Amino acid sequence: MGASWDEVQEGMEIPTLEKNCSTQQLVHWAAGSGDFYQIHYDHNFAEATGLPNIIVHGALKHAFLGQLLHDWVGNEGRVKRVGCSYRGMDFPDEDIHCKGVVTRKYEEDGEKLVDLEIWTENPDGQRTSPGSATVRLP
Amino acid sequence: MSDETQESLITDEMRASIGRESEPTTLEVDKTSVRMFARSVGYTDPVYYDEAAAQAAGYRSLPAPPGYLGTPVFNPNKRSARPQGMLEPSRPLKRVLNGGTDIEYLTDICAGDILTSISAVSSIEERKGRLGEMLITTTKTTYRNQDGEVVAIMTGTGIRY
Repeated sequence: MGASWDEVQEGMEIPTLEKNCSTQQLVHWAAGSGDFYQIHYDHNFAEATGLPNIIVHGALKHAFLGQLLHDWVGNEGRVKRVGCSYRGMDFPDEDIHCKGVVTRKYEEDGEKLVDLEIWTENPDGQRTSPGSATVRLP
Repeated sequence: MSDETQESLITDEMRASIGRESEPTTLEVDKTSVRMFARSVGYTDPVYYDEAAAQAAGYRSLPAPPGYLGTPVFNPNKRSARPQGMLEPSRPLKRVLNGGTDIEYLTDICAGDILTSISAVSSIEERKGRLGEMLITTTKTTYRNQDGEVVAIMTGTGIRY
C-alpha cells in the first residue's frame, strides 16, 4: 500500500526514512554494490587520504533516497528517476535523515507523476545529498 | 606561476575521449544479488526477498531496488578495461570522490535479467574548489536488457583532486 496520486499535494512532505550506518552495514553495502574503495571500511586508509574517519558511500545515500521513494510509492507505483549530488560526508554511527517534498504533480503520456525534492540530512541539519526525483503513482 | 598561465589539467587525449563509447559490459541480475543489495540498504519490503511476494505484486521475479543495476560478470583472466574518464590528467591527481548519481528507469529490472551497459564520458571540467584543483567528469551509462530495451540510464559525476 503506497501513496495515491489523488491524495498527493504539491508542497507536502513524504514520510522521513531514518538511517544510521554501522561499519558492518558499510561492509555489507560494499559487497552488495561491488564498491570496495577502502575509504569506506579501512580507517587507516581513510586517514591516509586525509579523511577524519571512514565515510558512508555516496551511492548508499543515493540508494537510501531510492528506498525513501519506494517505501512511499509502494509496488503499485514506480520510481522513475532518482538523482542526488554528494555535497557533504556522512560518517558511521551518525543519523542520516532521508527526506522528500513534492514539488510538482502532473500527468504526462497517460502516467500520473510526481516530482520531488529529496535529500539526506546530517545531525547538524546540513543537506549532505541534495537531489530530485520523479515517481509514478496509481 | 600564476593560475592563468598554468596548463589545463585536461589533456588532448581526454578531450578526444568525450563521447567515445566503451566496450559493452555484461551484468547479471539474480535473486541472491537483489536480496544482498536490498538487505545492505535496509529494505523490509518482501518483494525484494520473496519470489511469491514479488509475483503477487506483479513483478516477473524479485525486482532490482533503485540503485541496483546488476553485477558485472567477473573474469579473473581478463583485465578490466580502464574505466571511462580515468585517463591521466596533465598533472597527477591522487584522490577520487563520487560527485553524484542520477538514474532514470524506463522499465522494470528483475532477477533473471541480463543487462548490457555502454558508457561514454559526456563532459570533463576543471575547477578550483575547497579540495584544491578538481577534475569533474560526467559519464552517461545506458543499460539494455536481454530484449534490447533500454531499462536505465545512469549519469555519474566523478571528482578527482
